[in-house]
Amino acid sequence: MALPKHASRLERIWHYTYLVICALIFLFLMAPILVVIPLSFNAEPYFTFTEKMLRLDPEGYSTRWYDLLLTFGMQAPDAARDGSWWADAWSNAAWIQATKNSIIIGFFSTLLATVLGTIAALGLSRPEMPGRRVIMAILISPMIVPIIIVATGLFFFYSAISIQDWGIPYLGVILAHATLGIPFVIITVTATLVGFDHSLTRAAASMGASPTLTFLRVQMPLILPGVISGALFAFVTSFDEVVVVLFVGGLDEQTIPRQMWNGIREQISPAILSVATILVLISIALLTTVELLRRRSEKLRGLSPG
Amino acid sequence: MTDATFSPDEDVAKAPAKGLTTADGRPLKQALARAQSHARWRAFFLVAPLLAFILLTFVVPIGQMLHRSVYNDGFTLHEDIGSGTQTPLMTNLKTWFKDNPAGTDPDEAAFAALAADLLVLREVKAAGQAGTRINYELSGSRSMFTKAARRAKKLEPPYKEAILDLDEDWGDPMLWRVMRDATSAYTANFYLAAMDRTKDVDGNVVSVNENRQVYVKLFTRTLMLSLLITFLCFLLAYPIAHLLATLPLAKSNLLMILVLLPFWTSLLVRTTSWMVLLQSQGVVNDALVSMGLLGDENRLQMMYNQLGTIIAMTHILLPFMVLPLYSVMRPINPSYVRAARSLGATSWTAFRRIYFPQTVPGIGAGALLVFILAVGYYITPALVGGADGQLISNLIAFHMQKSLNWSLAAALAALLLGGILLLYWLYDRLVGIDNLKLG
Amino acid sequence: MKIKTALLASALTSVGFAAQAAEVTVMSWGGAYTKSQVEAYHKPFTAETGIKINSVDADNPATPIKAQVEAGNVSIDVADVEFSDAVRLCDEGLLEEIDSSILPAAPDGTPAADDFIEGALQDCAVANIVWSTVMAYNTENNATAPDSIDDFFNIADYPGKRGLRKSAKATLEMALMADGVPAGDVYDVLDTDEGVDRAFAKLDSIKSDIVWWEAGAQPPQLLADGEVVMSTAYNGRIFNAAVGEGQPLEIVWDGQILDFDLFVVPKGAPNKDAALQFISFSTDTQRLADQASWISYGPARKSSGALVGTYSDGKTEMAPHMPTAEANLGNALVNNFEFWVDKDAELNERFNAWLAN
Repeated sequence: MALPKHASRLERIWHYTYLVICALIFLFLMAPILVVIPLSFNAEPYFTFTEKMLRLDPEGYSTRWYDLLLTFGMQAPDAARDGSWWADAWSNAAWIQATKNSIIIGFFSTLLATVLGTIAALGLSRPEMPGRRVIMAILISPMIVPIIIVATGLFFFYSAISIQDWGIPYLGVILAHATLGIPFVIITVTATLVGFDHSLTRAAASMGASPTLTFLRVQMPLILPGVISGALFAFVTSFDEVVVVLFVGGLDEQTIPRQMWNGIREQISPAILSVATILVLISIALLTTVELLRRRSEKLRGLSPG
Repeated sequence: MTDATFSPDEDVAKAPAKGLTTADGRPLKQALARAQSHARWRAFFLVAPLLAFILLTFVVPIGQMLHRSVYNDGFTLHEDIGSGTQTPLMTNLKTWFKDNPAGTDPDEAAFAALAADLLVLREVKAAGQAGTRINYELSGSRSMFTKAARRAKKLEPPYKEAILDLDEDWGDPMLWRVMRDATSAYTANFYLAAMDRTKDVDGNVVSVNENRQVYVKLFTRTLMLSLLITFLCFLLAYPIAHLLATLPLAKSNLLMILVLLPFWTSLLVRTTSWMVLLQSQGVVNDALVSMGLLGDENRLQMMYNQLGTIIAMTHILLPFMVLPLYSVMRPINPSYVRAARSLGATSWTAFRRIYFPQTVPGIGAGALLVFILAVGYYITPALVGGADGQLISNLIAFHMQKSLNWSLAAALAALLLGGILLLYWLYDRLVGIDNLKLG
Repeated sequence: MKIKTALLASALTSVGFAAQAAEVTVMSWGGAYTKSQVEAYHKPFTAETGIKINSVDADNPATPIKAQVEAGNVSIDVADVEFSDAVRLCDEGLLEEIDSSILPAAPDGTPAADDFIEGALQDCAVANIVWSTVMAYNTENNATAPDSIDDFFNIADYPGKRGLRKSAKATLEMALMADGVPAGDVYDVLDTDEGVDRAFAKLDSIKSDIVWWEAGAQPPQLLADGEVVMSTAYNGRIFNAAVGEGQPLEIVWDGQILDFDLFVVPKGAPNKDAALQFISFSTDTQRLADQASWISYGPARKSSGALVGTYSDGKTEMAPHMPTAEANLGNALVNNFEFWVDKDAELNERFNAWLAN
């Protein structure tokens, strides 16, 4: 992208204009994320920077909204913060309940999606897989079909089979979220298997390795980065999903996004922004993990100098 | 696992002496075919559990929804919630409709049948349900059923007179046309309604009254806004994808984080942030006012309207455009452009004739993906769209959750689904699903 | 052996029953209103009976009831709904009937049936409060204070955004009243096509300045944030924001629309008995009066009136803030539930088409 020495004046002007345009677009991409973090420390219940905040006066900042996240929904939020206060928060605070639910649902749906998705990706990446294109299209479609349609369909389906009477909590939401997460697992795992040399497995077999051993020692190390990033994608999908939860989730199955959805519509107090900030930090952590995994995978497969 | 027609003994016996054979004496061709069939089955069995899972949790529910869009038994069957007892409704009327062709004026026998059916409605408390079904196609008729059912016991012959006495609208030929249709649970009328059409007295398809037309408008709006958002995404994604693709890998990886971080951030978080930024007492307006660019009383309304939907959705979908563009631009060899320049092309011509055409596949892939995702958006328009920034998904949600006209919701969803699948097929043909990449 | 099994079985069923009865799910409207119910009903109920209340919120609890019952997946035991919705849901067989004889008599012995104000007891519903839809404004964002419903529709003299509930009910009536229809004639006019057109024409005049709200907690928020200068709202929410939180909000009582909120039990509610127990506990004289000290809604029992005292801050007299206070009834409309039972679907359909255009 460096400007050649012989560039004309017009080209120079254009080059710098172009860089400014790019900077503005990057600003557009990052602005919402950047603005949420400082505002979540606002001492006032407003969504804009107060004068004190702009002057960087410590009085303009506070962690009261983070505190509210803990106390909201508690039986006795004003009691002394001893053991029983924390016990109260643990069992009653609305956001803590939502976090628990989100993690339970996210964990099981990710597990389901990752196991089924990885096995299927192994099959799909075999050259002899029949009807590959059609099956792939079906398996990826949950990512493409609008979520409202999925939620509508599941609402009818779950009422028809009375899934809530089966006595397994969160089952409906877990199955739905697993379905939504599967395309990500398939995509990431098949990507790691692109260019996989199948003679490796044959070589292992010819040396007497059982299929299981071949899988564990030859294929697994190669696909593991893909499996983990697929799982992370699936987890994020579940962790961020609200429409299906709204449509088929029980009243007690409040998740973080559902709690946010209610909060945004009722009163977007800066408490919502503190949740948002925490979620941004989580996504930074996840993104870093996935990037590291991707590089490791490319290195393993010799695709990049990494 | 084994091929059903395959029997080793037979095959060995039949094996001709000539030609290549394996160590155990089978013809090589056959053994190979068998091995390949094994391999195919093995591959398929790996995929089968997931395929079954997707069929059950995804394909079947959507199929059921499609069924719902052509099937509504509100006027023909009542199920008691507590006991689960099912009672057929409007049976007498159904018989009368069967005996008399469409267009017959309802006579005393018809009204007698109606009176008998109303009595059943009253007994099982299904007047509201039956009335609601008719009300979908003829506004204002719901209350006629509930009122008439409440007085059903007092009705005496001649029934025609007695019922018309309750409400003269019972003589409306339109009502009878609708009731005739509704006595069959299968109907295409919800699709008509989803396209702002209805049937007139004679069963001809006509447009609904202008002040009730809404769906075609919303489909059109969804389409137009999605196109606009796709175009905006393209405009914003192209320069930065180009920058990322031409920078050295180390730098571009760093900048790529700025694209990927929003991509990984919760949809609700991003939507909330846009509300904070754009509302009239929000950050952007405050900044403009304090810089003196805007009077305090002229704050821009950028939220709770179409503009809010467009800005927030463009932001959310932008990474889906950047990533495919980047993956197409990265391998483009810069020497082509240099060659064009050295042959005398201006930088604009070199870009237009040499560089741009090579990026078209990326544009196609990104645009299709963004468009497909935009058409089905629900959350963001619901939160920031106000009244005129709502998309078709919001209307589906409205009919699912508020008006509870589930058949209409299903019909709208089916139309939307049809469009999406068409685009999906196109995407598969042009781009190939295998080429879908994440990050 | 047989006896043992039988014993075990009965022990199990009784455990199961106890576990079931130990919780009632109550669905209400969220925000300050739910809080008032939690303080006045839920907490004392749990303290007395040991039955835990699981409190959940909806924009309008009538819609999830219908969806749940029709989908055969009922998890709500008690819901708090508007008058026309209570009647309509009952008509459609979606609610359990409630025998008013289970309700406690007034302290002076007057039976419940006579103690509740007229219309408060229905086949399937027991009213708890009288509330109203009012117009409210932010005193800091209006140069001159609006004092009538006409001002809501007068953008020229009162510039700024307006907040309105995203539903036909109350919105159309207010439009007609602002258009000069006397409160007494509103429903007669709205019953005709011309009347409906007239209401929408009036709404057209401010359409581009409307911010729509759905949850009751939104209007005080929109007003306080300055997103709108005036809004329709549930009167109690404005009272709590103004008196409880010190926001600069004021109510204009002119053109208020009074309505009941009633407790109902959805058909097939999982804990029906406990639900009825909760309703009869909550709607006794004292409890209804207690609720009025948390939010400015009028109790549905005559005998509660005398017990209504001050707000939970200990100094604000509640009586003048009630929608039913004499001074506030100058130009008030009582919601005609029969009209909305019949017309709700039709007018909302028209309303949505109007919104989308």
